[in-house]
Amino acid sequence: MLELKHIHKYYNPGTINEMCLFEDFNLTVEDGQFVSIIGSNGSGKTSMLNLICGSIDPEAGEILLDGKDISRQKEYMRNRYIGRVYQNPAMGTCPDMTIAENMSIADNKGKRYGLAPGRNKARMDFYRESLRELGLGLEDKMDTKVGVLSGGQRQALALEMTTLTPIRFLILDEHTAALDPKTAEIIMHLTDRLVREKKLTTIMVTHNLRYAVEYGDRLLMMHQGRAILDLQGEEKQNTKVKDLLDQFNAISIESGN
Amino acid sequence: MDFLLNIIEQGLIYGILALGVYITYKILDFPDLSVDGSFPLGGAVAAVCITNGMNPYLTLPVTFLAGMAAGAFTGLVHVKCRVRDLLSGIVTMTALYSVNLLVAGSNNVPLFSQDTIFRNSALSALFGEKIPTWFEIALLLVIVLILKILLDLYLQTKSGYLLRAVGDNPALVTALAKDKGNVKILGLAISNGLVALSGCIFAQQARVFDISSGTGTLVIGLASVIIGFSFFGKFGLLKTSTAVILGSIFYKACVALALRFTGNSTFGTKATKLVTAALFLIILIIGIERKKKVKIHAGTETHS
Repeated sequence: MLELKHIHKYYNPGTINEMCLFEDFNLTVEDGQFVSIIGSNGSGKTSMLNLICGSIDPEAGEILLDGKDISRQKEYMRNRYIGRVYQNPAMGTCPDMTIAENMSIADNKGKRYGLAPGRNKARMDFYRESLRELGLGLEDKMDTKVGVLSGGQRQALALEMTTLTPIRFLILDEHTAALDPKTAEIIMHLTDRLVREKKLTTIMVTHNLRYAVEYGDRLLMMHQGRAILDLQGEEKQNTKVKDLLDQFNAISIESGN
Repeated sequence: MDFLLNIIEQGLIYGILALGVYITYKILDFPDLSVDGSFPLGGAVAAVCITNGMNPYLTLPVTFLAGMAAGAFTGLVHVKCRVRDLLSGIVTMTALYSVNLLVAGSNNVPLFSQDTIFRNSALSALFGEKIPTWFEIALLLVIVLILKILLDLYLQTKSGYLLRAVGDNPALVTALAKDKGNVKILGLAISNGLVALSGCIFAQQARVFDISSGTGTLVIGLASVIIGFSFFGKFGLLKTSTAVILGSIFYKACVALALRFTGNSTFGTKATKLVTAALFLIILIIGIERKKKVKIHAGTETHS
């Protein structure tokens, strides 16, 4: 269980440009939940992910994982149990290394990076098999540098790499936003499959209202650092894209956009 | 013939330097100026060890370790004190100038009467008084090959993969739950270890340690790496490390030829660094990396 308790976050604290983003923000995510988060730009979606992952620190408040405060842990330490896929497909892979090398290095997460051979020969068939399931032809390009792959191929690979080792949380930061509609669809299907197969607790930020409605079992709408909508279960299932759009328009008028 | 052998000899010595610069410049994406200090550091440590009676072959691992310490210092300044990469190299380079003087005791330590890895009593017993030049080159070739193979092997280990990843995409190293700062420090240490080793052999070959031998080291290293990449690395047949060593020999040949034309005039002796800089500029212009950084364009437009 992940809990954000009484989180306060300011940008440019102590200056004339001080901006309060979160004031006493609270959120609890149960194990196995798949939470979709929507909201306008600047509503605090990505900042929330950054707080959870440790990319930024809160001014006050606690981030509890199974009751243990992790808010002072360094970002790389938290990544032992967190996997994150970014909007930019380049963030999750090494362009100058081959697919096989990328898979091998990701598969070693949580273990020692010593003087053993980097290429994991014993698992190569397994990698090929998991890549075949993506249906993007990556399994035949094991020795191709990732830099020449398309954005969609790289994002699929990044997703595969992130979920290769056991993780507690999967953080998806608008991970389909940079892709064309068809590729985005493929990546969403893949995400859903991996989340179900590996029973991952997932937090997904998206600008695509349809994805937010169709995927996941909980939906949050963020606005000015607050969750103004929190739907679960039947309530979530009965929500349509149009309802969300209406809600969006309502808050936009309110804040004068 | 001597002219050619001299070029190959110098090229091989600086080839070790090029391997080091290859790690920082190409793999870590870190413009490391500390090499201007760690190259003469190798010479200074070697000079002191040899004049104090140490076996000259033992100076090789000793200078490597000294260079590693210098590189690790640059890394610590950059990572722990959050100083920009270029500036942290300058800090180390400046500090090393004094360190080198303190280690060597003076700015010039002649080694003419001392044993070196090229000239010592054991070799004299084998070859007689005059040790042939081909032996020097053969010895260098063996050392360079061993280092090249070790580096190639290292880059294929898990630790080596991480080193490549940290220059390629630091965010991924963090995602793998590893501290990218430590990986950078390790890379800088290995790189400067090689550079100091190169400086150690350089001093033993020249039979003198000179404090000024460090000036322009980075330029030589960078020129070798860039030549290696743009002339020898393109065919895909050679390993990058081999290409870089060939680049070093090629660069030494260019400098030697250029100096030959201006050689004996008073202008020539004064213009050495000018010629070096001009050549480096030409190399930079010819070898401009037209390959766009894939990272920047990673969105949707890069397709296979």
